[in-house]
Amino acid sequence: MLRLLFHTQLSLGLAQAATVAVTAMIVAWFATRRGAAIGREIPFALLRGLIQILLIGVLLALLLRGPWWTSIPLLLVMIFTAASIVRRRVPELPRAYSLSLLCMCAGAGGVIAFMTLFGIIDPKITMLIPVGSMVIAQNMNIQSLFLNRFLGELRSHRGEIESALALGASPEHAAAPYLRAAFHASLIPATDNLRSLGIVWIPGIMAGMVLSGSSPVYAALYQFVVLAMIFTAGGLSCLTATYLAPRRVFTPYQQLRQLG
Amino acid sequence: MLYCKSSIMNPIVLESVQLSRALDGPNGRKSLLSDISFRLERGQVLVVLGPSGAGKSTLLRLLNRLDEPTGGQVLLDGRNYLEIDPRELRRRVGMVMQRAYLFPGTAAMNIGYGPAQHGMALTDAQIGELLEQVGMQGYADRNVATLSGGEAQRISIARALANGPEVLLLDEPTSALDDASKQGVERLLATIVRERHATCVWVTHDVAQAARVADLVLRVEAGAAVALGTPQELLHA
Repeated sequence: MLRLLFHTQLSLGLAQAATVAVTAMIVAWFATRRGAAIGREIPFALLRGLIQILLIGVLLALLLRGPWWTSIPLLLVMIFTAASIVRRRVPELPRAYSLSLLCMCAGAGGVIAFMTLFGIIDPKITMLIPVGSMVIAQNMNIQSLFLNRFLGELRSHRGEIESALALGASPEHAAAPYLRAAFHASLIPATDNLRSLGIVWIPGIMAGMVLSGSSPVYAALYQFVVLAMIFTAGGLSCLTATYLAPRRVFTPYQQLRQLG
Repeated sequence: MLYCKSSIMNPIVLESVQLSRALDGPNGRKSLLSDISFRLERGQVLVVLGPSGAGKSTLLRLLNRLDEPTGGQVLLDGRNYLEIDPRELRRRVGMVMQRAYLFPGTAAMNIGYGPAQHGMALTDAQIGELLEQVGMQGYADRNVATLSGGEAQRISIARALANGPEVLLLDEPTSALDDASKQGVERLLATIVRERHATCVWVTHDVAQAARVADLVLRVEAGAAVALGTPQELLHA
């Protein structure tokens, strides 16, 4: 129906964005009425997401003319911003920003660099930016899930952790069951995405590649590559967090900090 | 500073000198515990008595260094406990909490947890002996999820004893139990303390319990010591 009313690509895109935003707002309104505390968060998140993606569209249009290395500062900005978003999810965690940044550099940063070096990601700006941003964005979600779950586990098992410390356990040992639980929980979405690939969902990158004339089989393989990269980056960042996070939640005297 | 004279000349095992803890909050600095002083000889039981929120558990957490003191000091066998590695300190100063907080698994796994932290594995016979001490013979392979509150607390006592602590801290160990279990666990702890000649700091708000088990009583109110003396001086006056 929208196509009948809007004839240019830009006006059609804006109309489509407005329609889905209104739909999301209606869902948010119903959710708020049911007691979910997302009332204010959703409109801002929608508006912010729209502005950011539009800016990136404009920036990409400009950068596409530049050399490949211009994608490096852009990817770095994405990682820094993602780390800042993760920090906001866990405000009670001391030095959460540096922790998220280190974990995402090890995860998303490491995987993007390694895969580019081995030619799995084509070092063209048109490939590096979209694929890199997918890896970084999913890494951010996985990192948020990990830290959120870890802190939740610490809060609800404070007694068990302090009992372990009181028996002479090291902080790493006392926190180990809760790090494992967080690790497992944070990778569930990425694992499920891999499991359901092609059966429950056909992700956007594959559809895009087919639409732009690539072979469907190569597009399918590349989609698998991207999801496997997301899983690897998420796993690496969480693995890094299992080493670094205990140092943030325990004092130098091996006491569990008050967390919120 | 409150000190109680003792007629028996045993070495001082645990000494607290003006021990304090305060926290910075949005409304300024808040004192949780201030100037707590006492000396405990080997084998003495100090009962810390006071209403809820008086700072009794805070004191135990400081003695085990689960929280950091902001003033004063604690001497363990004459040595400032800040100089002792926290893990070694906690092995030497065992703690039984209000709730058992057992780890998932069997009773034997729980009992072996502390020694395993410093590279020791208890034998079946040692585990059996500890279970016998807490009246839980034959429970080694029982999943702790199937235990009652009283049974779980007995296992947590055996778990604390497995480290062979020089000082035992008991944080209202019977307050979360029903009356029948409460009496059993109290008798058990009193027996263990006497038989092992253990130095013990026992937190309770139950005056009758204090009278039954204490060699010394420390009354705390609003985070401060208000009296230190024998049960005869403080409880029967």
